[in-house]
Amino acid sequence: MTRTGFVVANLFRKKTRTILTILSVIMAFLLFGLLQSLNSIFSSGADFIGATRLMTQARVSFTQALPLSMVPKLESVPGVARVAYSQWFGGVWQENTQVFTFAVDPERYHDVYPEWVMPEEQWKAFEHTRTAMVAGKQLADKYGWKVGQKIPLSSNIYPQKGGSKSWAFDLVGIYDGKDESWKKQTNAVFINHDYFDEANMFGKGRTNFYILKLAPGADAAQVSKTVDAMFENSPDETKTQTEKDFNLSFVKQIGDIGLIVRWILFAVFFTLLLVVGNTMAQSVRERVPELAVLKTLGFTDGSVLGFVLAEAVALCLVGGVVGLTLATLLGAMVEQATGGQFQLNVNGVIWAIGIGTIVVMSLAVGLLPALRARSLKIVDALAGR
Amino acid sequence: MFSQTAAITGINIRSIPERWAPSLVIVIGLAGVVAVFTALLAMSTGFASTLQAAGRKDVAIVMRGGSDTELNSGLGREEADIIRQAPGIRVGPDGKPITSAEMIIIAELLRGTDTKDAANITVRGVEPGAFLLRPQVKIVEGHNFTTGLRELIVGRGVAQQFKGAALGSHVRMRGSDWTVVGVFQSGDANESELWTDINVARTTFGRTGESSIRVGLDGPDGLDKLKAALSADPRLTVDVKDEQDYYSGQTRDFRRTIGVLAGIVTLIMALGAVFAALNSMYAAVAARGKEIATLRAIGFGGLPVLVSVMIEALLLALLGGVLGAAIAYVLFNNMTVSTMGQTFTQVVFNFRVTPELVIRGLVISITIGMVGGLLPAIRAARLPVTTGLREL
Repeated sequence: MTRTGFVVANLFRKKTRTILTILSVIMAFLLFGLLQSLNSIFSSGADFIGATRLMTQARVSFTQALPLSMVPKLESVPGVARVAYSQWFGGVWQENTQVFTFAVDPERYHDVYPEWVMPEEQWKAFEHTRTAMVAGKQLADKYGWKVGQKIPLSSNIYPQKGGSKSWAFDLVGIYDGKDESWKKQTNAVFINHDYFDEANMFGKGRTNFYILKLAPGADAAQVSKTVDAMFENSPDETKTQTEKDFNLSFVKQIGDIGLIVRWILFAVFFTLLLVVGNTMAQSVRERVPELAVLKTLGFTDGSVLGFVLAEAVALCLVGGVVGLTLATLLGAMVEQATGGQFQLNVNGVIWAIGIGTIVVMSLAVGLLPALRARSLKIVDALAGR
Repeated sequence: MFSQTAAITGINIRSIPERWAPSLVIVIGLAGVVAVFTALLAMSTGFASTLQAAGRKDVAIVMRGGSDTELNSGLGREEADIIRQAPGIRVGPDGKPITSAEMIIIAELLRGTDTKDAANITVRGVEPGAFLLRPQVKIVEGHNFTTGLRELIVGRGVAQQFKGAALGSHVRMRGSDWTVVGVFQSGDANESELWTDINVARTTFGRTGESSIRVGLDGPDGLDKLKAALSADPRLTVDVKDEQDYYSGQTRDFRRTIGVLAGIVTLIMALGAVFAALNSMYAAVAARGKEIATLRAIGFGGLPVLVSVMIEALLLALLGGVLGAAIAYVLFNNMTVSTMGQTFTQVVFNFRVTPELVIRGLVISITIGMVGGLLPAIRAARLPVTTGLREL
């Protein structure tokens, strides 16, 4: 019998125990994978390095609109290549489904966001049709929208001049993302800001956000400082940050809750580890006489240590890999089910951390019993002392 | 049979200290499950009850039709005047209807130790009627804002959780400084807001109307009278809700999200705990194989053995459950946190570990104990006496 065979045979000696232990490890790592992916939503680092776009909003909060008269001033800031703006519309589809809808200037928006891919004639149609709208591919697929249809959307904020909150737009294009990660975010609708501005009952010439595209080599931190200084002490003070910081600040608003959930769940993971570790330690304890027999037969201290450790590693590895795989599948299912809104992406980084954890865990639960097995005195062990 | 069960159970339980490690596995595993379950649901209970407490049945809120939240809503001055004259509104001591036109502004404040990524806080411009409509709001420090001045009063929750909103500090909005002159307490979601004079807010933010109007209702049929009158008026398109309805609607999404999260996590953990409990109980039964066989040989029945193993599992599970609930209670009960509510703004609330949650947690732990104990108990009861006695 080979050494590997011996380890496997030992594992299957008590089938129930092995299977139950592996199952608990699977559960622990399933939870671990899902948590880590949840975690990465919260903690993705934000910095100015490599930033190509800045978001400018009112300093009070983004719900306070800024005047469009800012455009030329923003364009004059050194380092700003192009300025786009976008206004929250509060779109509602059918009864009560919120649709992310923004009123934008098509041409400017196209220049600033090359990541959205759409045939050139559809961009042109968006620019030249007053009542045009374009929808993200995911969204269009979800609701079965086709180019050429008239889509009724209502707004939970802006009535039309007549007082009606029902709007309708001509779907002239469906945009997609340039790569996988952008394709996953095609769930917004854009409408023509000119038309919106003219047709809505209040709020003329204003927008919630400015998006500044930086010239190559521009210093993002410097530009944002210049912009904010320019409007300081005016009624429309601004706050400018990188796009990434802006997106993050939304997630961070969940605030304490996110922190607590993570905190609780990591405690859970370690509880499960403790439970598994104890089970393994126990299985070694029960086999002390057997290990003594092995030594009597001439196996070295080192190889006895190896046998015990190999068993722990095998249990953790099988359980861990299966658990992480399940987490990956489940995460993808959640992402699919929520139409990409809730991204539980168990990616390579999480797998790497997971594998690292498996190694640490195998050592943590296997090393003590293994060392104990190595230092066993044959006589004492056989005598049951 | 009862005395047999009692005898074996007694032996089992007295011997637990000698084999504490595997027993501890069950206790700790279940403590974890119950603690997490209780803590997550305590969060959602606390959030919901804070918002619900803010709503009164005898106050109605009037918003522009189809707005859902005050933040999205907006009414003009003329509309406000029509609404104030409508039937169904309670009359105050001065003989006028009790109403308060209110305007919602969102301001950004930094949380505790953060230096960037400010959170959104509701600033509410109110009329004097607001204090009549919310008798629970009491100034506990400083004084109320002065009409016509850029002064704010701050809810206790905001004052605790966000820096820059303490008594005496200045909040910068639209190029001007606002002074925090008082702290108020209400024990509900109102504490998550800053309040000021609506007219000062209107001039500063360049608005003429208001977000919504709150009115006191005149008796139980007040709401119906008001609704009927307002919907019959061709000059208005408004939604009328009583406050309690309005706030309950805002907790639905949060409760659902936390409910799903708690469900998934508890399920995964519970499965892990079941496997661990099975393992421990199998080990416990195996370790006592000889002992059980001896008992059977001297005339003890199979059923008492089964029952005694089950009792042991259940006792350990219950112990774990109680420990977990205690941990959740000590660590989380009344802990103050804030999160984003329905209107993109922060709601400050306390965790609430209620007796109902504790009972649900214990039911879960006992169920797991039952599942984890049953199979090993059956094995113990079925073990052939001769095999058991021969075992090393």
